[in-house]
Amino acid sequence: MSAATVTPYPPGQQAGRHGFAQVLHAEWTKFRTVRGWVIGLLVAVLVMLGLGVLTAGAQSRSCQHVGGGPLRTGRACVPTLPVGPGGEPVDDSFYFVRQPLAGNGSLTVRVTSLTGLLPPANPNAPSGPNGPAATRPGLVPWAKAGLIITGGTNQGSAYAAMMVTAGHGVRMQDNYTQDTAGEPGAVSAASPRWLRLTRSGGTITGYDSADGTHWTQVGAVHLTGLPSTVQAGLFTTSPDDDVVSQSFGGTSSSGGPTQATAVFGQLSRSGTWPAGTWTGDNIGGSAAKASGAGAYHQTGNRFSVTGSGDIAPVIAGHGNEGDPDFTITDFLLGTFAGLIAVVVVATMFITAEYRRGLIRTTLAASPRRGRVLAAKAIVVGSVTFVAGLVAATAAVIFGTKLGNKGSYVFPVSGLTELRVIAGAAALLAVTAVLALALGTVLRRSAAAVTIVIVAIVLPYILAVGSILPVGVSDWLLRITPAAAFAVQQAVPQYPQVRALYSPGSGYFPLAPWAGFAVLCGYAVVAVALAAVLLRRRDA
Amino acid sequence: MSHAGTVAQPRPAVAMNAQLTGLRDALHAEWTKLRTTAGPAWLLAATVAATVAASATVTAAVRCPAGSACPVDTTKLSLTGVEIGQAVVAILAVLAISGEYSSGMMRITLTAMPRRITVLAAKAAVVGGLVLAAGTAGVLGSVLAGRLILPGHGFTAARGFPLLSLGDGPTLRAAAGSVLYLGLIALLSLGVATAVRESAVAIGAVLGLLYLFPLIAAAFTSPHWHRHAEQIGPMTAGLAIQATTGLRSLPIQPWAGLGVLAAWSAGALIIGGLLLRLRDA
Repeated sequence: MSAATVTPYPPGQQAGRHGFAQVLHAEWTKFRTVRGWVIGLLVAVLVMLGLGVLTAGAQSRSCQHVGGGPLRTGRACVPTLPVGPGGEPVDDSFYFVRQPLAGNGSLTVRVTSLTGLLPPANPNAPSGPNGPAATRPGLVPWAKAGLIITGGTNQGSAYAAMMVTAGHGVRMQDNYTQDTAGEPGAVSAASPRWLRLTRSGGTITGYDSADGTHWTQVGAVHLTGLPSTVQAGLFTTSPDDDVVSQSFGGTSSSGGPTQATAVFGQLSRSGTWPAGTWTGDNIGGSAAKASGAGAYHQTGNRFSVTGSGDIAPVIAGHGNEGDPDFTITDFLLGTFAGLIAVVVVATMFITAEYRRGLIRTTLAASPRRGRVLAAKAIVVGSVTFVAGLVAATAAVIFGTKLGNKGSYVFPVSGLTELRVIAGAAALLAVTAVLALALGTVLRRSAAAVTIVIVAIVLPYILAVGSILPVGVSDWLLRITPAAAFAVQQAVPQYPQVRALYSPGSGYFPLAPWAGFAVLCGYAVVAVALAAVLLRRRDA
Repeated sequence: MSHAGTVAQPRPAVAMNAQLTGLRDALHAEWTKLRTTAGPAWLLAATVAATVAASATVTAAVRCPAGSACPVDTTKLSLTGVEIGQAVVAILAVLAISGEYSSGMMRITLTAMPRRITVLAAKAAVVGGLVLAAGTAGVLGSVLAGRLILPGHGFTAARGFPLLSLGDGPTLRAAAGSVLYLGLIALLSLGVATAVRESAVAIGAVLGLLYLFPLIAAAFTSPHWHRHAEQIGPMTAGLAIQATTGLRSLPIQPWAGLGVLAAWSAGALIIGGLLLRLRDA
């Protein structure tokens, strides 16, 4: 364009002068030397950190001893949850009819019935010492009974189990988090199910059958650290009937402990496993959640086993007593505030050039306009990424420290922590690029800033604020740029545990990186549009 | 201020009259500025369109299936679009003042009308009046959309959801309050923009002020803190005016909530006015 009017460079310097590195350096210099923008980024970092620490500090558990006593607060009230082989807190309470078995072998059993009791429909009914008595016949969908092989009777031991469930057919589950579907349909005397578990070294294989002769393999799992002598046998358990409903005013929950009774027959062993006597145990029976109503009854080779509880991961974010207060996501609340500051800075990075006419100088010095846009995007993206990384890391570290003082912070793996922190930083960086692109398209700060902030923050507020029903919230968090907040979700959603997985309790409808990809999609479209318009229009 | 000396000093007897004339002239000038630029008209139209469209979309997405209890405040639901409309209102109000700063027009304005508070008051009156007019159109459209959509989605009179009507006291309060809410948001934005001048920073500050309180409230699991965060937030408290059911469980009562927002707006205008007087333009 106006490149011809630029004074020629001294010989020797000309070669690399228009190179991308120079453009990049020029844009970095512009960013670095505007005091307001640097302050804006510092504000973003401080607000992210401050809000994270505020969240962690504004809560402390308080509890009262069972049967009265002084009200206590802080660490003394934080429950200790058993931890599974994967490091996650777990529920592990069930009734176990077991015997120690050494070496390799297999167990086979036929299940003919699964029945149970639910809490009374009227929650105000008189209750016993363990909460409302389970008095109404019925089953929760994930009531389960079957065969289990476990490393020991301590809560949190490694295990693999084949089971029938009330509402989800035959399943093979292992180590609390894994779940594989087998034959569908409910069990009854007319339609029994045969289950088989085979141990060979560290590998346990599960089979199911509808007739006891034709077997289908459901799954094979490797359990690390399984001792040579395992505890194996029959189990029954039934999770709490936790009915959580979300309405416009917030969430409400009702329910209580349940129990299930399974009838087993034709229990047989093979391999090196000898015949022996069975003993019954309530595993984790004293846990507050279980009704403690476990028992078994043996007539020859026929067993009736009753149990209550669950063998499953603990679900974060449900506000029940004993549930974790925080996930590390809670300490990243400040991402929203940081986002607003970053959007303002990134938009001004281009609109200020238009306002002051500097853009003409910029384009005269570097006539390849696409390069200028790319350099600006790289500069603003990397600067916000670094700032976001610093802020998110500090917020998570300090938040966890402070949160663990008076509450319970849900432990997550290092890899998840890395994804959540880097995800928050990447979220800021991509949003900054989106704001830059929109600022280039619109050339007006106010409109660009508003559109980006409203598109990213408002859907999230509408979704978590119980303002909209769950279905509408889910769609908002699938198709708007707010989907990207899924990258901050710290705890996974488990289909084998019934709970209210809503955005309000920290669960997003899209997988973490899929949600982030939605934001990236918007950013790519905006950058492409900006590049085309920047080339076509007069500056 | 230095130009004030060049203006002919009115005699004391007619000073009051002159001040009134000054305000009338200022109002006329601000009205001309807004009327003769394309932006404000588009933004006002966008306020109406965004409010009605968002309200209708959200209302259309909600159904009350037969046989289930639906704890829905249908009036509040039909007015959801105000949450989007307020963002457009904020742009309009911010640009009314920061647009003058970015183009340098502010110096001419203050030369012509050295009484700076009068200028700000005239801007507030003109912007506020226009936003009230656009807000009325948007809110009426939203209520009408709710009235047309809701009965077809299971919210019938037989099930305890009478047809939305402005003849109903709480609904009228919610609708009129939503219009006032938009007007107060305009004043808040104007005050913030007068204080910070730069449009991008001003709009960021306004949206941060509106959106951060509900987010902070959501993060506090302790009911005590949660309630307080909702009571002091301009958006969370102000939108209490839209509630028609479950008033007892609200963190703050409807008119008190609108009062909180009014206090925020007044505070922003006072700070903006002070800075306008004290600083060089």
